Amino acid sequence: MKVLVTGVIGSDTHIVGNRILSMALEKAGYKVIALGALTPAEDFIKAAVETNADAIMVSSLYGQGELDCRGFRDLCIEAGLDDILLYVGGNLVVGKTPWPVVEKRFLDMGFDRAAPPGTRIETVIEWLDRDFGAMGSDAIESQADPG
Amino acid sequence: MVSDPTALLIDFGSTYTKLRAIDIGGRRVLGTGQGPSTVTTDITIGMKAALGDLERHLGRLPRFKYRLASSSAAGGLRMVTVGLVRELTAEAARRAALGAGARLVGTFAYRLTNADVERIVSLAPDILLLAGGTDGGNSEVILHNAAALGRSALHCPVVLAGNRNASDAAAAFLAGREVIRCDNVMPEFNVLDIEPARAAIRRVFIDRIVHAKGIDRAQAEFDQVLMPTPAAVMEGARLVADGCAGIAGLGPLLVVDPGGATTDVHSVADGEPSVAGVIPQGLPEPRIKRTVEGDLGMRHNAATIVDSTGLDAIAAGAGLTPARVSELLNAIARDVERLPATADEIALDQALVCAAVRQAVLRHCGTISTVYTAVGPATVQHGKDLSQAGTVIGTGGALVHSRDPRAVLQMALASADEPLSLRPRRPRLLLDREYLLYACGLLGSVEPQAALELALAHLEPIRHPAGHSDNETHHERTSTA
Repeated sequence: MKVLVTGVIGSDTHIVGNRILSMALEKAGYKVIALGALTPAEDFIKAAVETNADAIMVSSLYGQGELDCRGFRDLCIEAGLDDILLYVGGNLVVGKTPWPVVEKRFLDMGFDRAAPPGTRIETVIEWLDRDFGAMGSDAIESQADPG
Repeated sequence: MVSDPTALLIDFGSTYTKLRAIDIGGRRVLGTGQGPSTVTTDITIGMKAALGDLERHLGRLPRFKYRLASSSAAGGLRMVTVGLVRELTAEAARRAALGAGARLVGTFAYRLTNADVERIVSLAPDILLLAGGTDGGNSEVILHNAAALGRSALHCPVVLAGNRNASDAAAAFLAGREVIRCDNVMPEFNVLDIEPARAAIRRVFIDRIVHAKGIDRAQAEFDQVLMPTPAAVMEGARLVADGCAGIAGLGPLLVVDPGGATTDVHSVADGEPSVAGVIPQGLPEPRIKRTVEGDLGMRHNAATIVDSTGLDAIAAGAGLTPARVSELLNAIARDVERLPATADEIALDQALVCAAVRQAVLRHCGTISTVYTAVGPATVQHGKDLSQAGTVIGTGGALVHSRDPRAVLQMALASADEPLSLRPRRPRLLLDREYLLYACGLLGSVEPQAALELALAHLEPIRHPAGHSDNETHHERTSTA
């Protein structure tokens, strides 16, 4: 079973959307480690190391996501999570920056996917299926895992 | 002739072997005895001396129904813990070991290096606790560590309490050693399950360590060594807090035990936030928690107590000059068995024990902090909220022999100078004057009601100094002094 770490990064207390996302992902057959609101970047990494997670899904709703997520991929590499899948979603910046600009900024930071406000849960699950499918050999290995 | 059933409760301590003879039906202490802990030569010598001492007090030794012992002799239960992430499984392993009454001599996280393994071998622990990974989580690190330990000269028993999916392979790497497999200390992320590891450690202690340390040579004089002494104190604390069938306990409480080498703090309380809206963060806290401050020992590291509090503050507290304090500290360092005799030494010891208790309780209790969010400030709690704990119990020689144990235990209370620390606000203060908590912990395993009533009858409420009846007048006195 693929393991996903979810949480709301930084000093952000907006937990409802993240909780709905976590429940939906669980229903879709993933094992979800839900860290909840007010989660420092380091805690995502620590949880992913200990649980051998396949992806980290970072939510940010209060407009400071760019500051909070800076260096996230580097932290992962530092912790030995070189190949972990990273998603980010929510109100990632304040103001009227067009989405493609915002998306590029986060992809440049090392995230594999960035989700704008209003992204449907079905879309996120499709992304996951596709991205894990692309990591072919890994998927076969995890099916053999009795856990 | 038929007499009332009695129990003999033995503590093989690091320096002394202490005995308590209990009249079970009468819930009273018949007598006490003490002898040296002669574990390095032959433990039976000290045990016989202690029994002789007890016999002098009693006139004649009864036929004891139970003879139960705890031990911290021969260096205590020396343990090393190994986990993965320092704040997660490594911390869970640490808590399991401390909860089992161990003396932690080393804690390691992530992949063990060659130097780490050499260090572990040279520490020569009695037991090693190997954890790492949630169930189904990371297995690579615990396997690396099991292999590294398997190749080493380490021969102590290993309690394996990591990712269950890796436990077969990890045990195989450790072939040739005694490996005790138990449930993961952290089966799910941020879920703590330290009880199985604690029980496993205790079992190894009874089955193996007691023999390895030569304590069972005195086997003719007792039925069983049940646990390390700190675990017995903890069992006593649990019994006093939770009560047992038919007898209510005192509810959430804190035990402080300033000793010669460490200051221990135990809490029995869920530690959940006492104020609505506070968000707990970090690893969940065990309801029964023990912390050990290895830098706050009254004798073996008096100097570090002074370092962490400040020489001037200690000197002011003792009413001595800093130069005199330094002089006395040197004398303690030269002779750690030294007991205070002169007025200056007594004053310094009082200042030291106050500082040790204050620091140790600050570290044991949780804290709150404010984080500023887009929708306003939010309050976050790390660690246990013990502000509502109704009782603080003081035990150990430094407290019992203090002229003002109340002043020492007041160091454990919430105060305005550390407003973010969740220490007890208005607890009753009790003194374990007769050193019975360990004995009640041991007796509780066979006669819980008697053990609890014995404890409740003998834990002594600490009165205010004569002529002063409440906190305010006490403060007034100290401020005008």
